[in-house]
Amino acid sequence: MRLAINWFKYSAPTTFYGLAGKLIPFFAWPAAILFALGLYIGFFVAPTDAVQSEAYRIMFIHVPASILSMFIYLIMAGYAALGLIFKTRLSSMMASALAPTGALFAFISLWTGALWGKPMWGAWWVWDARLTSELILLFLYLGFIALQASIEDPRRADRASALLAIVGSVNVPIIYYSVQWWNTLHQGSSIKFSGTSMHVAMQQSMFTVLVACWLYVIAVVLARVRSIILERESNTQWVKELAETKQ
Amino acid sequence: MTPRQKRLTWIVLGVTLVAAAVGLVLFALKNNVSLYFTPTQVFNKEAPQGRNFRIGGLVEEGSVKRQTDGLTVHFNITDTGQKMPVVYKGILPDLFKEGKGVVALGKIEADGVFRAEEVLAKHDENYMPPEAIDAINKAEAAKASSGSASSAEYPVAK
Repeated sequence: MRLAINWFKYSAPTTFYGLAGKLIPFFAWPAAILFALGLYIGFFVAPTDAVQSEAYRIMFIHVPASILSMFIYLIMAGYAALGLIFKTRLSSMMASALAPTGALFAFISLWTGALWGKPMWGAWWVWDARLTSELILLFLYLGFIALQASIEDPRRADRASALLAIVGSVNVPIIYYSVQWWNTLHQGSSIKFSGTSMHVAMQQSMFTVLVACWLYVIAVVLARVRSIILERESNTQWVKELAETKQ
Repeated sequence: MTPRQKRLTWIVLGVTLVAAAVGLVLFALKNNVSLYFTPTQVFNKEAPQGRNFRIGGLVEEGSVKRQTDGLTVHFNITDTGQKMPVVYKGILPDLFKEGKGVVALGKIEADGVFRAEEVLAKHDENYMPPEAIDAINKAEAAKASSGSASSAEYPVAK
């Protein structure tokens, strides 16, 4: 017995365009609600930390942003690899749709980290392995975006930037394990596979914001990939026949 | 092999090679990538001599002494194996506490004291409300007084 659904149908930009449009609200609204809920728990329910008092609350933004900046990179590199191997147009478009959001999260991660570091460590920035590899991640995102923008022919741009994305993915495990492999100023992970070393309400807030960020990423990437589809396929018949492109 | 499989093979091969190369480089630069040296490393002469480096560890319990000028602080950095006396003149970060992590930048003077130009506090991965810390400390005190020799695996904020 085979499933009757033809999944490859949705790998065609033509059909995916419509599907993505329908899906966006199902991700955008829950994202907004969970953001509000997560931040409410974080700021009003979670207790004050014994050592850091109130400043620790930055982590409710910092940790989800950092986790996603790494995850998004792997997904982006995965899509780029699919595009390179199978020559599917949509995969490359997804990769370029993910890059700006990934860069945003990497920036938020570094920025909130600096804001926390000054009062807690006594320094905005330290060249330790964790911070430096996360900065490299931001540069990889920016490099991906810049490389794609600098090549006129989209198919050549996809190929070149895909190679950059795939090679750069080596950096992600380095970021994750940096605090174990080397002496760093950045603390180790509070959330491990073996359990957490964090109060329950703090965990709830962090996980809620993390889920909210995921949903936000999906919604915003679907919206962005729709624009990219329209842009790249602007000379095709189906785009010209779309209601929203007709004047 | 189909062109698809060929491309897949190239990518897998390429990523593996790059990962291996990066791994080897980072392994070779192990000491340069690490932010600080531990006191044990310093005593084994692994730290650079005669120039600035960072030393990290715990502030030894009971070792913090302030001079009368209110700014100069003496303390020991320990990794429970070796300890290094440190002197620092300046404002310490809020998280600086005895028994907690610290990273200092400076160099060893002729008298064997580490003269720090910058002291950073290192936070651990434990996040909990003050009541939880009190509870843990009480439980540990109870355990200690009941004569059991076992103690917590790592010191929790005190």
